[in-house]
Amino acid sequence: MNRSGSIAPDTEEALAAELTRAHAAREPLCIEGRGTKRAMLRPVQAARTLSTRNLTGIVLYRPTELMIRARAGTPIPEIEAALAGNNQQIIAEPPDLTAMFSASEPATLGGVVSTNLSGPRRIMWGAMRDHVLGIRAVTGEGEVFRSGGRVLKNVTGLDLCKLLTGAHGTLGVLTEVTLKVLPRAEATGTLAIRVPDVARGVAALSAALGSPYGVSGAALLLEGHESLGSGVIALARIEDFAESVTYRMGKLRDELAALGEARLLDTPASHAIWRQVRDAEPLGAAPEDAIWRISVAPSAAPRVVAALRAAFGAKLLLDWGGGLIWVAGPAQERAHGAVMQAASAARGSFTLFRAPASLASHVPVVPDEAAPLASIGRRVKATLDPLGLLNPGRMRG
Amino acid sequence: MITLPAPKPDILARRDAILADLARLLPADAVIGETIRMKPYETDGLAAYRQMPLAVVLPRTTQEVAQVLRYCHANGIRVVPRGAGTSLAGGALPLADAVVIGLMRMNRIKEINLEDRYAVVEAGVTNIGITKAVEGDGFFYAPDPSSQLACMIGGNVMMNSGGAHCLKYGVTANNLLGLTFVTIEGEVIEIGGNHLDAAGYDWLGLITGSEGQLGMVTDVTVRILRGPEGARAMLAAFDSVEVAGAAVDAIIGSGIIPVALEFMDKPCIHACEAFAHAGYPLDAEAMLIIEVEGSQAEQDMLLGKIRDICARFNPISMKLAESAEQSLAIWKGRKGAFGAVGRISPDYLCMDGTIPTGELPHVLRRIGEMSVQYGLGVANVFHAGDGNLHPLIMFDANDPESFRKAEEFGADILKLCVEVGGCLTGEHGVGVEKRDLMSTQFTPRELDLQRAIKTAFDADWLLNTAKVFPLTGNPKIAA
Repeated sequence: MNRSGSIAPDTEEALAAELTRAHAAREPLCIEGRGTKRAMLRPVQAARTLSTRNLTGIVLYRPTELMIRARAGTPIPEIEAALAGNNQQIIAEPPDLTAMFSASEPATLGGVVSTNLSGPRRIMWGAMRDHVLGIRAVTGEGEVFRSGGRVLKNVTGLDLCKLLTGAHGTLGVLTEVTLKVLPRAEATGTLAIRVPDVARGVAALSAALGSPYGVSGAALLLEGHESLGSGVIALARIEDFAESVTYRMGKLRDELAALGEARLLDTPASHAIWRQVRDAEPLGAAPEDAIWRISVAPSAAPRVVAALRAAFGAKLLLDWGGGLIWVAGPAQERAHGAVMQAASAARGSFTLFRAPASLASHVPVVPDEAAPLASIGRRVKATLDPLGLLNPGRMRG
Repeated sequence: MITLPAPKPDILARRDAILADLARLLPADAVIGETIRMKPYETDGLAAYRQMPLAVVLPRTTQEVAQVLRYCHANGIRVVPRGAGTSLAGGALPLADAVVIGLMRMNRIKEINLEDRYAVVEAGVTNIGITKAVEGDGFFYAPDPSSQLACMIGGNVMMNSGGAHCLKYGVTANNLLGLTFVTIEGEVIEIGGNHLDAAGYDWLGLITGSEGQLGMVTDVTVRILRGPEGARAMLAAFDSVEVAGAAVDAIIGSGIIPVALEFMDKPCIHACEAFAHAGYPLDAEAMLIIEVEGSQAEQDMLLGKIRDICARFNPISMKLAESAEQSLAIWKGRKGAFGAVGRISPDYLCMDGTIPTGELPHVLRRIGEMSVQYGLGVANVFHAGDGNLHPLIMFDANDPESFRKAEEFGADILKLCVEVGGCLTGEHGVGVEKRDLMSTQFTPRELDLQRAIKTAFDADWLLNTAKVFPLTGNPKIAA
């Protein structure tokens, strides 16, 4: 896509006018923020791009109300900096994928919400979609609408915030998002346990998450770590007041001591290692590799790991207590077939997260839906984007 | 007064044939047609409204639910889904030409998986029933609406119920993994599963809180959480609403997220104290109940921090529970608040708006003025951390004028909530109660868009007709 084919209005009104015009002209559009995740899912079948990159700025931030509202094109670091100024943070800890997607600029709020990107803290505090309090968006016909609002509890009417979050721009163009935010913890601690194998690693994470200590991160490094040594390493994180972190890490170490040799990481070391887990660095994906995310019940993870190692020598990283499996491997149909099969056998879900068009454009990148649900999906899509002009081809062929 | 749509005359005329058809589809004891046996289903928690349905069916399986829906769809018969019937918004109010599908017989717990921290339960399992099934192992199901002893998880899903502890643990939508969903055509669809965040559109999120407008739910996969080591409460009383609100802001601003942060105004304190003798300070204008979790030492540390913060706002009194028993005593009044108000007034309407927390002093001042204007008493309880306000408006149901005024008063409060940047309902749902106020929060086009999403699921508008959306402007409904 060359930039001459890109429109980037600087008001919602102008963006809506572009969509009205495109609708009248029946012109498909690639919808994006800064385009950092263009290689996610399938390539969009559109010659022109409509970008929210110029819809920027924080509109309303009320720290004591635990909410922030910003225009969709606002870069994530700008939001994080504003929140950090009040010792608060984005709850779902969205990954920074600039390295994974070789992006030259940071992601936008709209992009992170449209892809429902959640990091390690998802296991305790919820996904990105759980913290979207309100949206403004524009339909494929150029009509502006709102859903939700700015308050933390709101069940008024159908929840279109959830519908648009994770829809990859196929049901409307987000122009403004209101997020719930929370305080940053005073301290962070991590228990790192060397375990004999993946099954016992997942069992350690389940024990940690089944403890009363409020574990807010539970990951498994399958190939060791530069500062923690080799082997399979289970990581359990606690974020809280310093006294609580000290107390809880001690209790957790005592309870999990039988599972393997344990080390405690302090706040700076914890921040460093969880940033790596968040951004899937320990996956060790090569630039030419495809990357998948599989979501399963944690106890199914060891079987998935074994199947994918046997099928194509997959590189792997487990997060969310084993429930999120990052996979890297050759961008080939055979590997993709193995991922789909392993996810299906585990009654789970998969996403072809990053792949070249040569693979992504002719395979399902998310699981097919049952026929009655797919029909409902087509009718919902027809309501919000009757001509199918928003990100055609992005999620399904 | 809320208008219900005119019943379809052809459906009323075919009632006997419809009952006979339902009796062929379901076991004999699952179909109820006699007036006397339908009586318990004519209303819900919004007891001011009553309407006998066409028939009541009580299926025991997903397949039976699907068969009834398929039949009703084929024959153009309206359907009202029902759990325990505890809706305070009239979400389960029947229609004269509708079949009520009650899910209370679907009350089995199908699977408990502690290792993966989920449970699969049928829609008719009570909210507390889930926690009871796992608490022996130290786990619990987090959302805890006040009606949790009676209300059912299927209803919780449909209304996206909250509770006093959602500041930390979230509402129903944040604690679900999967649903068995039955469409109006009788198709059974598995949404989500036993894992987090299925790829594709978030149907789970859209269906949760959809108030029976999109389909029915028969099985629910919920997340279960390990409980904390312990929890303890304190109370702090202040001589003005503004000061108590400022103390709440200071607590949140300090980085502490209490597991519960409840606010009561003076009329509520008095009503609760007279009822529960919890030792509440009667000279206070506002009182906070704050609960924290953790080990004994952690509770001491957190309550100490909160006490120090509250001390900066010249509290009239503070009381820190020293034990679980003392915590229960502090909570006793708050948990009995509705019963307490019921004791001092023949009837009350429990309202449910949300406001930006900073607007509390302004909103309570305006509610006080309205109370004088309408000549009706009001007591306010408020989930102060998340802005969810429950004014209890006292009236006399035997006096139609009193009821009319109470409804108007309630509507004025909810309009005020929207005006200050909040919403009509934080956790009770729109139901019939707030249906006609929807246009104060949404533009006509926004409502049309939501209606179109409903139509994508329910083209003939048979599901829970006349709820959520104002009658004018709806397709297929004659007012």
